[in-house]
Amino acid sequence: MPCILDIKDLRKSYEGGFEALKGVTLEINEGEIIALLGPNGAGKTTLISTICGITSATSGEVKVAGHCIKDDFRAARRLIGLVPQEVALEPFEKVINTVRFSRGLFGKSRDEAAIEHILRRLSLWDKRNNPIKELSGGMKRRVLIAKALAHEPRVLFLDEPTAGVDVELRKDMWDIVADLKADGVTIILTTHYIEEAEAIADRVGVIAKGELLLVEEKAKLMARMGKKELEVQLTEPLAAIPAALSKYNLTQTADKTAVIYTYDTKGERTGITQLLNDIASAGLSLRDVSTRQSSLEDIFVTLVQEDAA
Amino acid sequence: MNWTAIKAIYVFEMARFFRTFLQSLISPVISTSLYFVVFGAAIGSRIDQVDGVNYGAFIVPGLIMLTVMTQAISNASFGIYFPKFIGTIYELLSAPISFLEIVLGYVGAAATKAMFIGVIIMITSFFFVDIQIQHPFAMVLFLVLTCISFALFGFIIGIWAKNFEQLQLVPLLIVTPLVFLGGSFYSISMLPPVWQTISMFNPVVYLISGFRWAFFGLEDVPVLTSLLAIGFFTALCLAAVYWIFKTGWRIRT
Repeated sequence: MPCILDIKDLRKSYEGGFEALKGVTLEINEGEIIALLGPNGAGKTTLISTICGITSATSGEVKVAGHCIKDDFRAARRLIGLVPQEVALEPFEKVINTVRFSRGLFGKSRDEAAIEHILRRLSLWDKRNNPIKELSGGMKRRVLIAKALAHEPRVLFLDEPTAGVDVELRKDMWDIVADLKADGVTIILTTHYIEEAEAIADRVGVIAKGELLLVEEKAKLMARMGKKELEVQLTEPLAAIPAALSKYNLTQTADKTAVIYTYDTKGERTGITQLLNDIASAGLSLRDVSTRQSSLEDIFVTLVQEDAA
Repeated sequence: MNWTAIKAIYVFEMARFFRTFLQSLISPVISTSLYFVVFGAAIGSRIDQVDGVNYGAFIVPGLIMLTVMTQAISNASFGIYFPKFIGTIYELLSAPISFLEIVLGYVGAAATKAMFIGVIIMITSFFFVDIQIQHPFAMVLFLVLTCISFALFGFIIGIWAKNFEQLQLVPLLIVTPLVFLGGSFYSISMLPPVWQTISMFNPVVYLISGFRWAFFGLEDVPVLTSLLAIGFFTALCLAAVYWIFKTGWRIRT
């Protein structure tokens, strides 16, 4: 897939010296969904704002489909749609008019069929003549997406699209994102919901303190950094781990009825067969055995902690 | 030039005006009628004529100017301040439009609204006094230039303001006194010499004088000077807007 967004050594310093972005370099391919994870204040929104033209970069270069966001800003911005984090809408304006306005603002001539398509896709068609102030919080977020899609962008930025929304709406949003991806729209979303990135992203980037710590395909990242845990439940509580099992670095559950063995999935040998043999030799009898893959959240926490250290 | 975007801003802003059309119309009509009752009937009956013009008619150009200036400022300042206040400014900043296009959209709409209200006041005044416009072309020119320059000024105030109090501060503390002291309801020649000299530093004097000349052929200052003054004020506002957009002052972080 060709690169649609090319970010090179992007830096942003505010007055007073605070460095919000410390040389971010990132290439995003057309048609992919990339999730940028990071704690509050990591620089996620600054990165998006700088690419979209809301904030001026201190240095660095950004190209959208080969168009520089500074020298060729018109061509670059025509390709971008932005859904901001805050619900910022004119309360007294009708839904359809605010979407028409967005389309016009991006230089696209009026096209009622296109507007209807967008509003229907976002389940807003029935509310098209309602003033925005009458809509629910979830509907307002949909209006923001409709506005961002009004000029048919090729790249869509979603800045924490599901912050503070209920589970049902979050799942709805994920469906919308999946639909857009099917249409070939490149999506960059920021979130601090790991579950969100895990559910919809193709690649994951982790930002902390203005630096991009890593960018990797979600599946590869989980395979590379993911640990698996084997939980062995025992028929009788175990007072202490026998010396014969000390080499496995086992941990016990709080009620002492199970031991947990952590192993590397990419290792040649996991050591599970040997462990189970040694448990049997130690005279312990098993009730159940289960495994658990560590989540993206565990990986994220590990990365951010490593960076802090 | 992204004309579609300019049109989108213009139409959107005008829609706001027409949404509250009745309020937009009734308020200036009532206040103009009150001015005619107070100044025209009560004071006018004692003044009778100014430079050969009936006092009721004499104050019409000043009244139109007073309303047009305050409306142009308030519409333009609110037009750009409101998106800043509610956060929708993000859309303007991320759109493929230059600042010149943003100014054309907002200032164009604010100037149109002000002109619309100016015309309404003129029509209202016809019900109270008999007026002949001696130089209609010059009258339209002064009206248009005043609407545009004061809308530009209002736009600057809207960018500058950080809260609603600041938005009201300049119109209330500076513009209204300047308009009242600028000869809206009297001829500068009626003042003592010292105040006549001081008045010459008030830019509004030139605008009202020029506008009044278009109506009656009367002038406190030569009409060409009036035209130069309004041109200078427009140029000053344009320069300030250009600087704001070059630097992103109070818009772009």
